[in-house]
Amino acid sequence: MSILVDKNTKLICQGFTGKQGTFHSQQCLDYGTQLVGGVTPGRGGETHIGLPVFNTAHEAVAATGADTTMIYVPAPGAADAILEAADAGIKLIVCITEGIPVMDMVRVKSALAGSGIRLIGPNCPGIITPGQCKIGIMPAMIHKPGKIGIVSRSGTLTYETVYQTTQNGLGQSTCVGIGGDPVHGMSFIDCLELFQNDPATQGIVMVGEIGGTDEEAAADYIRAHVTKPVVAYIAGVTAPPGKRMGHAGAIVSGGKGTAQGKFDALERAGASIVRTPVEIGERIKSLLK
Amino acid sequence: MNLHEYQSKQLFHEYGIAVSTGRVVNSPEEALAAARALGGTRWVVKAQVHAGGRGKAGGVKLVESPEAAAEAARGMLGSILKTPQTGDAGLPINQVLVERAQGIRKELYLSLLTDRAKEQVVFIASAAGGMEIEEVAAHTPEQIMTIPIHPGAGFQPYQARQMGFSMGLNADQVKELTVMCQGLYRLYTECDASQVEINPLIITDEGKLLALDAKINLDENALYRQKRIAEMRDPSQEDQREYQASAHGLSYVSMDGEIGCMVNGAGLAMATMDVIKLYGGNPANFLDVGGGTTAERVTEAFKLIIADPKVKAILVNIFGGIVRCDLIAEGVIAAVKQVQLKVPVVVRLEGTNVDKGRKLLADSGLAIITAENLDDAARKAVAAIS
Repeated sequence: MSILVDKNTKLICQGFTGKQGTFHSQQCLDYGTQLVGGVTPGRGGETHIGLPVFNTAHEAVAATGADTTMIYVPAPGAADAILEAADAGIKLIVCITEGIPVMDMVRVKSALAGSGIRLIGPNCPGIITPGQCKIGIMPAMIHKPGKIGIVSRSGTLTYETVYQTTQNGLGQSTCVGIGGDPVHGMSFIDCLELFQNDPATQGIVMVGEIGGTDEEAAADYIRAHVTKPVVAYIAGVTAPPGKRMGHAGAIVSGGKGTAQGKFDALERAGASIVRTPVEIGERIKSLLK
Repeated sequence: MNLHEYQSKQLFHEYGIAVSTGRVVNSPEEALAAARALGGTRWVVKAQVHAGGRGKAGGVKLVESPEAAAEAARGMLGSILKTPQTGDAGLPINQVLVERAQGIRKELYLSLLTDRAKEQVVFIASAAGGMEIEEVAAHTPEQIMTIPIHPGAGFQPYQARQMGFSMGLNADQVKELTVMCQGLYRLYTECDASQVEINPLIITDEGKLLALDAKINLDENALYRQKRIAEMRDPSQEDQREYQASAHGLSYVSMDGEIGCMVNGAGLAMATMDVIKLYGGNPANFLDVGGGTTAERVTEAFKLIIADPKVKAILVNIFGGIVRCDLIAEGVIAAVKQVQLKVPVVVRLEGTNVDKGRKLLADSGLAIITAENLDDAARKAVAAIS
């Protein structure tokens, strides 16, 4: 078992023939992901890395039966690509692209609300169920099938966590990089809920960052709903407060959003917190005993 | 990216938002001429810096003659203004805004920003505007209204009525507020702002609404489609190294410590700084070389780090996903040779092509300290300077 993606996931790639799309599509294929085609407007009918290219997401879905997409379309067209995938009937959208204007994401989130479509990202490494399905840019060889569910806002910190749980023999059920943008798709809570209900997941690691209140909300959720052990790390204790102009941000956050505040909230909720990412692997291992 | 007050007011004016009239000037002589041309009996001279808290810091002066306006401008221009929002270094005052002083009956607060929890643009309004707005929010949150705007429907007049009547405005003023809010929301979405703030929004002696101050922050990600506004950037208000870094696609923030950091990924970069601190060191900077980096970018990053005279050691922490460790190793080697590095470098590599990367470093013949993991790297960097 796993969450969201497995060996049956049928994937297409939007931004398929670009440099990033090509490189990472090949990596996903090599891993064994069921990548069934891709979309590049104007290149429909061609074959690229052995797979069919379509002009639109609708054509790709109709021809391949894909249920999932990964997006490498450059930032100016990324919101359009997300909404195209949604309109074409894709159920899980993984958007790797970084640098999407926030206003575009506000509109995307509003359009997807209530649709049941899941969005991961943008500005994220993607999602992987080791041994079954890799969607995104994470280095494949550090993963190993196993029992830890990982959810993280940061790309490279996810890799740190994965690497440690591979080295200590636990492995991962599924790893989700939810991305660091202010307005994004799946939240910590969405992933915690899925991991809690996934029989293959025995322990959960969540990696957060300063800014926003997602970690504080996750802490409330953990207290009320999560019975599996959770190890939490938050980056940014020493980060400078950020040069700012005006007061609106401070009024809205109401003093929340600091790394220390997030650590405190998670600790109060019963999560086991670590002060250095190097301890994540050993800590979750000790909690499973 | 931030705009100056005078630039923000220019945009306000274009969007039909009532602002006080004034002129931005670069010299005392121009300040004198501006005050005379504006007319009236009292003027305000305001330092143009990218920070709030100017009033308490001496960056806003009320004067009663054009000569006094020139004198105030002389005192400000070319000096450095320090406020709680500028940091210790302060910001240079290169321009001042001269305005006719307004009679103020009441100070309100009005702003817009993207609320990441609500995932919508929200108006924030309060009848308790002015310098103590953050204290008002902290101690009497019931005096702050937050009004979310649905991105599909857009701003609706009832939302201005809701804000206006609860702030105690009369019917005419609520009509003015409606026009103002419509303009603000249009400006916010069309210009890809991330924050627009009016503090204070005043009711004048004549009972009219007027934006006495204006602060606009813009979404960096959207500057590609905001060419005209992007040209309003004032590099003199930004940290020079941070500005240079952004030109090379690097994300850099200078800090006070001695250990320079070069890391891929913002989260890992923050974690690296945290672990340095945990082992008794202090980071000199935050530096994210980003995904898909090149050897050239690594060299630029090194130059940036050692341009800071406080740096006594450098910690490189790379976990390769998109970015390959052998590329990073090549960049590190090239940089160490090119800049004739005098300080110890601790390198921790992991991820894609790590063996190739480590071999390159080992074969380089350079005095590079390698580390097993992040803790080990931090300990070695701290040891290297003590």
